[in-house]
Amino acid sequence: MSTSIADSASARGHPRWVRVTHWLIATAVLTLTFSGYVILMVHPRLYWGDAGNSLTPALIELPISRNHRNGNWSEPVPFFASVASPVTSNRDFPDMFNQNAWARSLHFLAAWCAVLGGLVYVIVGLLSGHARRDLWPRAREVGPRRLWRDVRDHLQLRIRPTGGGPPYGPLQKLAYTFVIFVALPTMVLTGLAMSPAVTAAIPPLASLFGGSQSSRTVHFFVFVAVAMFVVVHVVMVLLSGFGRQMRGMTIGSRR
Amino acid sequence: MTGSRIVLTRRALLTGAASAAGLALTGCTERLPPTYGNVLRMSDNLSYVAHRLLIPRHALAKEYGRGDVTSFPAIGTTNPADPAGESFSKTLGPEFSRLMHGDFADYRLQIDGHVARPGSYSLADLKRFAPRTQITKHTCEEGWSAIGEWTGTPLARVLVACGALPGARFVNFHTFDDWDDSIDMVDALHPQTILAWGMNGRDLPLGHGAPLRLRVETQLGYKSLKFLQRMTVTQEFFDPAPEKQATFSGGWAWYAGI
Repeated sequence: MSTSIADSASARGHPRWVRVTHWLIATAVLTLTFSGYVILMVHPRLYWGDAGNSLTPALIELPISRNHRNGNWSEPVPFFASVASPVTSNRDFPDMFNQNAWARSLHFLAAWCAVLGGLVYVIVGLLSGHARRDLWPRAREVGPRRLWRDVRDHLQLRIRPTGGGPPYGPLQKLAYTFVIFVALPTMVLTGLAMSPAVTAAIPPLASLFGGSQSSRTVHFFVFVAVAMFVVVHVVMVLLSGFGRQMRGMTIGSRR
Repeated sequence: MTGSRIVLTRRALLTGAASAAGLALTGCTERLPPTYGNVLRMSDNLSYVAHRLLIPRHALAKEYGRGDVTSFPAIGTTNPADPAGESFSKTLGPEFSRLMHGDFADYRLQIDGHVARPGSYSLADLKRFAPRTQITKHTCEEGWSAIGEWTGTPLARVLVACGALPGARFVNFHTFDDWDDSIDMVDALHPQTILAWGMNGRDLPLGHGAPLRLRVETQLGYKSLKFLQRMTVTQEFFDPAPEKQATFSGGWAWYAGI
């Protein structure tokens, strides 16, 4: 086996702490996706503001479970005398889908793994210089011409084979930086902004995203962005030399 | 009569303070509520410990104005007297029906367990304590939320009046639709934890737990039990239905602050 430049640059693969946290977080994100979907199926309506329920208008209704139709409701009874009074109504929904007893616990188990793994990754990443050296895009890389060339290369599927690990291209750096420093922290914050105990302790957290139902909605859409990243990420791994990439992220160095 | 009650109250207040201190002291050595034998529940206990360590004990949930009150679904049991109901109790259902037809004049909340003065409280007894009214958000585990105004007796006052003894760590509730659940002393003594008899300026509607329900504002809605029948103070965690582990009621996380 020769020791070309391409080899020596990537032969080391990823450092052990990157490999361990990568697979921990990857497993957690998959588990969060699955359990989060099961949780969303119970009430597939998204709202804006602090409160929202089946008796108030939804921002978006997702037809992803039989709960979409909301069950049967008794004749609404107004709380107050005014015309526009909020109402109450009894729900009769014997065959409602609800697996939250385990889905919520699984979601939080995975969330703890993701948060603890993420903290290790971000702290070591910042201290070791990995974030600055390998992830943070340089000004010249994100100039319009360079960026446009990279976009065109990707759209035409001109993917250069790599050995797993840095150096990364401009779009790759932007994607990693966005997911690590924007999307995943937003997932954690919007998640915490739905917790009645945490928001009692940190009231600004609830209003940061416009209320707890807005937080739930933002949680969903940022998840969609993360899911799109994961799909593109996996496709890129397949196109850029699956074996080498997997070796770089699992056993790491060949030596 | 009033004088003696104040004396009792003062003595009980000391008892209550002692039990709160006892909780703080023994918090590290006492066993946690069980995980229902389920590895999934590790995270619930982790969240519970993290919240108890990091969150100020009496941090208040946000309170709203009257104009913020929203429509409010009534779900789960909406009438414990209905034999067709999912959690209808053959013993408590008919009793609830009788109480309901008498406009709950004969209703009494039973209080027992690790207390100096076990007994029962009518709605009139409970209304003699200084009430608390709060407009708060109810967060349902299903994903929805609603804002409502609740009026009731702070649970801390009731615990003081019945003389919760040192070492008391949990307050357990049993309901007319045969549910059991408990909260720890941190939540029980929380200023916003009330035994509510009023909602949005009227008597508690049937669907929302008449005549008396619990409000625990720092946890999810399912901890705010409706249709309270009995309250038992315990030193040990009491698992009401270990055999129901896999069922809807037994399978839910005990701590639901997240």
